[in-house]
Amino acid sequence: MTQLGDLAKVLRSKNSGPFEITLDVLFDSKEQYDRVKQSGIISKRTICELYQIREEQIHHLVFFDQALGFKITMSRDISSGSVGDRDVYGAQQHAPLMKLSIEHGEEG
Amino acid sequence: MNTDIRILSPCGMLGYGFPEQSFMNGLAFELHGIVVDAGSTDGGPHKLGAGVSIVSKRAVKKDLDIMITQGLPRKIPIIIGSAGGSGARTHVNWTLDIIDEILDERGLQAKVSVIWADFTQEEIHLASEEGRIKGLSPNIPPLTRERIDSTNSIVAQMGHEPIVEALKQGGDIIVCGRAYDPSPFAAIGIYHGKDPGLSYHLGKILECGALCAEPGTTKDSILGTISDDSFTVQSLNPNRTCSPTSVAAHTFYEKEHPYILHGPGFTLDLENCRFEEVEKGVVRVTGSRFLPAEKYFIKLEGARRVAYRTFVVAGIRDPILIGKLEEVEEYVRNQAREYYREIPESDYRIQFYNYGKNGVLGSKEPESFDGHEIGVMFEVVAKTQELANSICATVRSTFLHYGYQGRKSTAGNLAFPFAPSDIEFGPVYEFSVYHLMEMKNNAFRIEHR
Repeated sequence: MTQLGDLAKVLRSKNSGPFEITLDVLFDSKEQYDRVKQSGIISKRTICELYQIREEQIHHLVFFDQALGFKITMSRDISSGSVGDRDVYGAQQHAPLMKLSIEHGEEG
Repeated sequence: MNTDIRILSPCGMLGYGFPEQSFMNGLAFELHGIVVDAGSTDGGPHKLGAGVSIVSKRAVKKDLDIMITQGLPRKIPIIIGSAGGSGARTHVNWTLDIIDEILDERGLQAKVSVIWADFTQEEIHLASEEGRIKGLSPNIPPLTRERIDSTNSIVAQMGHEPIVEALKQGGDIIVCGRAYDPSPFAAIGIYHGKDPGLSYHLGKILECGALCAEPGTTKDSILGTISDDSFTVQSLNPNRTCSPTSVAAHTFYEKEHPYILHGPGFTLDLENCRFEEVEKGVVRVTGSRFLPAEKYFIKLEGARRVAYRTFVVAGIRDPILIGKLEEVEEYVRNQAREYYREIPESDYRIQFYNYGKNGVLGSKEPESFDGHEIGVMFEVVAKTQELANSICATVRSTFLHYGYQGRKSTAGNLAFPFAPSDIEFGPVYEFSVYHLMEMKNNAFRIEHR
């Protein structure tokens, strides 16, 4: 079973402003990038299940071919540094994404 | 005429430090600006609310000393964006004091220009009444009168315009209040007549220092060069190098969208950019598009005090207690509430964070737990510091001594690393304003000193 964390070169999370968290996944080869992109697994539905959020909380899910990466931006339940926030910089919210399993594509 | 314009970014955050040699390597080029970003909202609302910095005065002075003593005699404009971390009046004044100290100690003279980014509650009320305030996303509460009145510190992110004006007026050192991070960089290119799309895209890259290089870091210097139809980026440290992918990938960083960026009065479209290596480690970028907005909106930021906090850190090693931790915590919470039943429950909150189990993700943690030790942090946030202290002391003593079902360790439940165990944190803030405001006239006042 191949996981997204094994294929990505960079897999991170960070605030994009105090009310959003953005997840970046970057690859160092076009093969790996295409494999993930074409697997179809990176969808709003997958992200909603992984992060237990509603679809309207996902503000963007975009692939950017030139940079060999994709980005997911979602709204925060609690804004950065407010009472109840557990991650002021939003820097450790990526971990659930690392274990996402990527099915083998047609090329195997 | 195609004159190349060169900008040196010493580091990604003033006060983070940079290798002096990298900076000196940059001085070997003919420079048109030394620009550094000092601000961010990443560290939370506390800096803006409390009027403090996230970096030390000592570190800021160290960085600025190199920039000023090297840049000023060469007549290279020095620009600081979002001074002091949040760019409000107290932050700007804090930065100006440091600059004055350096100029004084080094026997240097400079025309220091200041661009203020503060807004009064009256100005925001007026804008709100005129329908010039716009929300950014549904999870941000609307900007009510009450919200404006309770927010003492409100700033807005400036565009390049006031900075270009300060350059025209001959500022040697330009200290900006809150700025859109790329604006101070973009101002140099635009002042010299370069394309705003290229200028802003380069600014977006340079504001993070050498983060676009490999290995990337905010604690090193980087050089940007703008021509008429492209710009280039290159590392100033031989141990790092820029590649087309590393530069392209950088546009992802800290932004909501990988290639559409919204700034003050414009949208930057980077979808059709081309990134190519023109010589070893020098990456050329073309195709950055600047799309002026129909209406000029600036982003407001404001923080207000909402409560006071007291917290405790402790370790738990007892396997029986670990097995029923949440149950015990719920009991402790209820006991404290019962003990202080004369105090309305809306006046305070008691929260537990079980590090090692789900401290980071909370109820959304997908992994099951099978560890032998948990770091527990509990906090009480309340209307007053006295109330937070009192309730936290009760929570702590109840947690320490509670005889839960099946307990064998009857002497105590918590291993405190410190004495005293209760830590008075002080005020807690929140971002109470994070909205767009349509700007009527240039709202950013320039002052020369």
